[in-house]
Amino acid sequence: MGINHKMENTKKQYWKGLEELTKNPEYEKYADKEFPEYLPVGEEAEGGTGASRRDFLKLMGFGVAAASLAACETPVRKAIPYLNKPADVDPGVPNYYASTYVNGSEYCSVVVKTREGRPIKIDGNKLSSVSGGGTSSQAQASVLSLYDKERLTAPELGGKKVSWEDLDKEVIKQLSSAKKVALVSNSVYSPSTLKSIEGLQNKYPSLVHVQYDQVSASGILSANESSFGIKALPSYDFSKADTIVSFDADFLGSWINPTLFSKQFAQTRKLSNGKKSMSRLYSFESNLSLTGANADYRTAIKASEQGVFVANLYNAIASKVGMSKVSAPKIADSAILMKAAADLLKTKGRSLVVSGSNNENVQVLVNGINSMLASYGATINLNSAVYTKKGDDKEMINFIKGLNAGSYDGVIFYNANPVYDHAQGAQIATGLKKAKFSISTSDRKDETAALATVIAPDNHYLESWNDFEPVAGKFSFSQPTISPLFDTRQAQESFLAWAGDTASYFDMLKSSWSASLTGDIQAGWDKLLQDGVVEKTIETTEITFVGDVSSAAQKVSTPASGLELVIYENYSVGTGIQANNPWLQEMPDPITKSVWDNYITVAPKMAEELGLVLGDMETQLVSLTVGNQTIKAPALVQPGQAAGTIGLALGYGRTNGGKVANKVGVNAYPFIDNTKGFQNKSVTSGVKLELSGEKYRVAQTQTHETYMGRENVVQESILSKYKKDESAGRYHPMISTYSGAKKPGTISLWKGHEYPNHHWGMTIDLNSCTGCGACTVSCQAENNVPVVGKEEVLNRREMTWLRIDRYYSSDAPEGDLTAMEIAAENPEVTFQPMMCQQCNNAPCETVCPVAATNHSSEGLNQMAYNRCIGTRYCANNCPYKVRRFNWFKYHDNDQFADNTSMNNDLGKMVLNPDVTVRARGVMEKCSFCVQRIQAGKLNAKQEGRRPVDGEITSACASACPSEALVFGDLKDPNSKISQMLKIKEVENEKGKKDLEVTEPRAYHMLEELRVDPNVWYFTKIRNKEENEA
Amino acid sequence: MHSEAVVRKPLVTGGKTVHDVTEDICKRVEEKPVKSWMAAMAVSLALLGFGAYAVFTLVWEGIGSWGLNKTVGWAWDITNFVWWVGIGHAGTLISAILLLFRQRWRMSINRAAEAMTIFAVICALQFPLLHMGRPWIGAIWALPLPNTYGSLWVNFNSPLLWDVFAISTYFSVSLVFWYIGLVPDFATIRDRATGISKAVYGALSLGWTGGAKDWSRYETVALVLAGLATPLVLSVHTIVSFDFATSVIPGWHTTIFPPYFVAGAIFSGFAMVLTLLLVTRRVFNLEDYITMEHMSVMNIIIMVTGSIVGIAYITELFIAWYSGVEGEQYAFYNRALGPYAWAYWSMMTCNVISPQLFWFKRIRTNIAATFIISIIVNIGMWFERFVIIVTSLHRDFLPSSWAMFYPTWVDVGVYIFTFGLFFTLFFLFAKFFPVINMAEVKSIVKTTGEKTDK
Repeated sequence: MGINHKMENTKKQYWKGLEELTKNPEYEKYADKEFPEYLPVGEEAEGGTGASRRDFLKLMGFGVAAASLAACETPVRKAIPYLNKPADVDPGVPNYYASTYVNGSEYCSVVVKTREGRPIKIDGNKLSSVSGGGTSSQAQASVLSLYDKERLTAPELGGKKVSWEDLDKEVIKQLSSAKKVALVSNSVYSPSTLKSIEGLQNKYPSLVHVQYDQVSASGILSANESSFGIKALPSYDFSKADTIVSFDADFLGSWINPTLFSKQFAQTRKLSNGKKSMSRLYSFESNLSLTGANADYRTAIKASEQGVFVANLYNAIASKVGMSKVSAPKIADSAILMKAAADLLKTKGRSLVVSGSNNENVQVLVNGINSMLASYGATINLNSAVYTKKGDDKEMINFIKGLNAGSYDGVIFYNANPVYDHAQGAQIATGLKKAKFSISTSDRKDETAALATVIAPDNHYLESWNDFEPVAGKFSFSQPTISPLFDTRQAQESFLAWAGDTASYFDMLKSSWSASLTGDIQAGWDKLLQDGVVEKTIETTEITFVGDVSSAAQKVSTPASGLELVIYENYSVGTGIQANNPWLQEMPDPITKSVWDNYITVAPKMAEELGLVLGDMETQLVSLTVGNQTIKAPALVQPGQAAGTIGLALGYGRTNGGKVANKVGVNAYPFIDNTKGFQNKSVTSGVKLELSGEKYRVAQTQTHETYMGRENVVQESILSKYKKDESAGRYHPMISTYSGAKKPGTISLWKGHEYPNHHWGMTIDLNSCTGCGACTVSCQAENNVPVVGKEEVLNRREMTWLRIDRYYSSDAPEGDLTAMEIAAENPEVTFQPMMCQQCNNAPCETVCPVAATNHSSEGLNQMAYNRCIGTRYCANNCPYKVRRFNWFKYHDNDQFADNTSMNNDLGKMVLNPDVTVRARGVMEKCSFCVQRIQAGKLNAKQEGRRPVDGEITSACASACPSEALVFGDLKDPNSKISQMLKIKEVENEKGKKDLEVTEPRAYHMLEELRVDPNVWYFTKIRNKEENEA
Repeated sequence: MHSEAVVRKPLVTGGKTVHDVTEDICKRVEEKPVKSWMAAMAVSLALLGFGAYAVFTLVWEGIGSWGLNKTVGWAWDITNFVWWVGIGHAGTLISAILLLFRQRWRMSINRAAEAMTIFAVICALQFPLLHMGRPWIGAIWALPLPNTYGSLWVNFNSPLLWDVFAISTYFSVSLVFWYIGLVPDFATIRDRATGISKAVYGALSLGWTGGAKDWSRYETVALVLAGLATPLVLSVHTIVSFDFATSVIPGWHTTIFPPYFVAGAIFSGFAMVLTLLLVTRRVFNLEDYITMEHMSVMNIIIMVTGSIVGIAYITELFIAWYSGVEGEQYAFYNRALGPYAWAYWSMMTCNVISPQLFWFKRIRTNIAATFIISIIVNIGMWFERFVIIVTSLHRDFLPSSWAMFYPTWVDVGVYIFTFGLFFTLFFLFAKFFPVINMAEVKSIVKTTGEKTDK
């Protein structure tokens, strides 16, 4: 019996409505129609006019259009709304958190900008006295490393993904059964991390902690131990030094703490009406470094000559201060060294001698010199020890011996990758086979982690809690700015777990800091995190120099005659930890202006001797042999390279760094000479170089080396002339008219613009810009500037809005235009940051046929990307060549996979939501960070006030460690920029109020064009003698 | 007293009668395509096909498929644009200015020359379109059209916008002028044709009856259009030169450009007319209509305009030196001695030296020499634009940005595309349209033909 679904006919009637019941005639009329309500379609048909064909067409047309529109509907984008809005996250409103960037021995106290919970930008923490409020390019770029798709997403055991519980069980089992375990790391200067490692050591007493640095300072550490009994890296204060002598210590680029040193050095280089003195920097080096490029006197010496030069300097000073001389061979041309000695003595107590050598004996001599010059307590502070380079080279070398002897059962690599970045990496790789287990906490399967049996991936620093003590008594904190993106765990948590400690690392961190707080603990803790830094007073002890200089002098190496290889750390990729970061790979090296490669730098003369045939960015591969190791790398001709030396940068040649890093350049670490028991980056014997005959192209963003004597571009002078005349070095173009020569500013076809409210401008001090390039990476991060890859840079199409032009001087006579193209053998160097000059009379604006580039009421030359049709006329007509065209679609395009910030979902999280990602075919350029200006104005408006000077600043200016770039409102008479430019309001010929800049050093580049930029350059003043300039 | 120049050479040779003219010209239209035409057409279409692939690549991939870079934002694109526009000038000059001056020798060449103008301008127009980063919107936004963006208007300060007006005016006037001239000849073909041809040519001839009224109006319109077209000969290239002259770039920012560009345009235009006519008269056996006298006269024009161009080059050098402006001086130093010196000296050789050979009558009246020199002149004029655009841009104010330009296959391909387009159109014209203005030539057969003299 089935259920009868049919409704029984009850003859019951259901009305559709009252109308049916009442038999409403209007209703009856349409009752049998499909759509009983009024439809205009059939109306005329009923009237008998027969117009329904037109209606049909209308409907068909609409239907087809609607159907095709519906078919074209854009795919649904992923967007996850907040169900419950977090209290401190407002869409569109950024939050800032103080944190600390640490990468190996590189340290920077930073402020992280987050939008909707995503960290998107790193700026310097102005409260920090360790990094001085500036940032390095590496720190700037680190935010992109967070969103690296090639980070490990889960812990791994024997190559398989496992849960953390299983991993912990396995690790504890292995650690418990191990006889001897080493924990290998770079310098660890986090007190709480050290405590967590101690906890591990307490649980497993056989565990030893070995620290090494990719670029160590062990020479200074041991020299200080023997000279003063303090094994420490001292704090240097370049701001107090009037004479600085650097022996291959690239303190502006890579040595110890370049971010702070750049700031300190820049302070001594700033000139104004009230301060007409500046420091003098002597540099003796083999490769042309940033320090050498900024030196007033640079001498190119062979690496093996350094010891002799230092010893000679010692003697020159010793003889004047009545100390006994040491034995030192004479040097051929000592004029500049003697001049340096005289200057050092003249500024005794305000002098500083530094050396980048890791040879203890050289450093003992340097200590001796500094001691004679009374630098200790003045420019050098040994009490305020720097902990960022603690690594002891001998310890690491011994560990490698032990590992190969099979004396270690297990190794924990705590964020260290020595297989790649240690000279004996290959030995570590083979030695690891003898260990029963190895654990890596690396964030990726790098060269070392790939060999490890266990990978317990650490969080990125932006996902971590931590504290740091980079300098004795000076602490800083890291706090997570985003939840871990992957199933990773902070290494310290791992250590705690393996030690059987159930407390979280955060609790440990907080409790240890709370102990030092008084009063309201929570408020105190919050303040610590908010400031990100805290300083404690340290005990000071008297120091006396007891070093044995005469025996040190005997032990310093004597000059060698063969070819020497000087390995250096470059300014973009650095030690190579962040080699998978495309922003760094595409950041032009400040000196060579090359990207996406390392290369062997050779002096022009040597290139000639080798028979190197060069084309436009085209060179040849050369094979470099040291001992039994040979590599092939491109040769790059480098003016200023010392004769008989070649240079090679670290950080390249990764094999397991990630898709971006791999196969870029060659690995220089294996060439580091560890045979003398210390890390020696200068290989002074057994170096051979041969042409291979293979062609190779090195991508450079600038290929023309000199400024062709163009005074309208670079205006420079020397200090003695500046003292007499503040406008020394200025070039004053005059325009001939029928009524005589006139200043370009006084005649114009232009009507000028009214700026009723603000008038933004920028000053660039060529004297304090060291050329480091941090600003360029900051600009890239802030403005979503795409990375284009090596091939496109070879095509001269890098997209950077901000570049630093680097010019060499030429020895050619004025007027010989062909010879002037060739740089001098040991050139003077000028760095010139170049971005859109925001011309008041902009030549780009007049030529755009669609007015896509136009002028704002605040002096900005702005781009309406949506309006741009891409004729490129504006770029052609830009005298500064700062406009960048989107030659291709750089986002969501597999051809530009290296542009990770625009080509994968994770990478895109770094994009600044306030800045459009530009489409193919449109022009773009520096906007003076208009989004920052607007945000700043809005903030002030909400609070009912005018923006305060310094509140609104561009990304480049905020990143600059040396404060060479100053951004501000020219209409605010109290702003820093107005003060610097000494702006006066004057009435012009047309009776309008005009701003006149009266600072004698300030100049407009290409002033004679009367494009009237809003960017002023301050003349470059070198502290040289008159007859030498 | 009435006198007549008796020594004037006949403009039409070979004893042609009025009927011969009709036969000779119409035969080409009516007969089956000859093999040489088929071959030429096949080559043109092949070029067009390859070029279209290059254009597709360009539009699909982006302007990056060209060799341009951050420093050199224009190269082959605008070089080709100016070159094609310049070539067009001869047609307008021949038909309009020579009409006003009653130069009757123009009658047998003006049709082909005007066709060349139209096709050259069509080719030229490809570049402003294709060189845009976003041509799909640029083609519309560059026009002053009402829009829904509020008061968003084009920038009337921009020389590129002036170009839009100049070229579009030039194109429309030239097209109308050319077509009006074709109407009586279409009617002739219509009257001889049957079937579909009759219908097509009937439509094209706009109901021409050949009546006195028709002729009277035809003459009037021709004169009015000639009057309109004459200033265009001067204005179009003047405005094109403003693209450069109004900029700030050394080597571009030059007041001499307008006359220099116009002379150059006529120079290259006549060379191109010669190249084409020498081939056409040979292929279609039109030696009696396009005579040695035509060659000679046109060669003299080439020589004169070539000399003007030469003087302009030298003036540029002098002014650069005399100005005392460093950037300006370097721009010209760099042209002559920099990395693009080969282009500069190619230009100098082709444009300044080669036309001077026409001082010799033997060269002026030698077909082979004329043909070779006409091609050399066009190569030279291409280099002139390349030199102006690329060598000025590649090293301007800031040495840090100095760069070289290397063309890619797409640069070459798009140029080939315009050649394919030009020759396809030209050969179609040569086959289906009367290549010589029959109606006008008939008017001179009587007075200057050989038969009537006898």
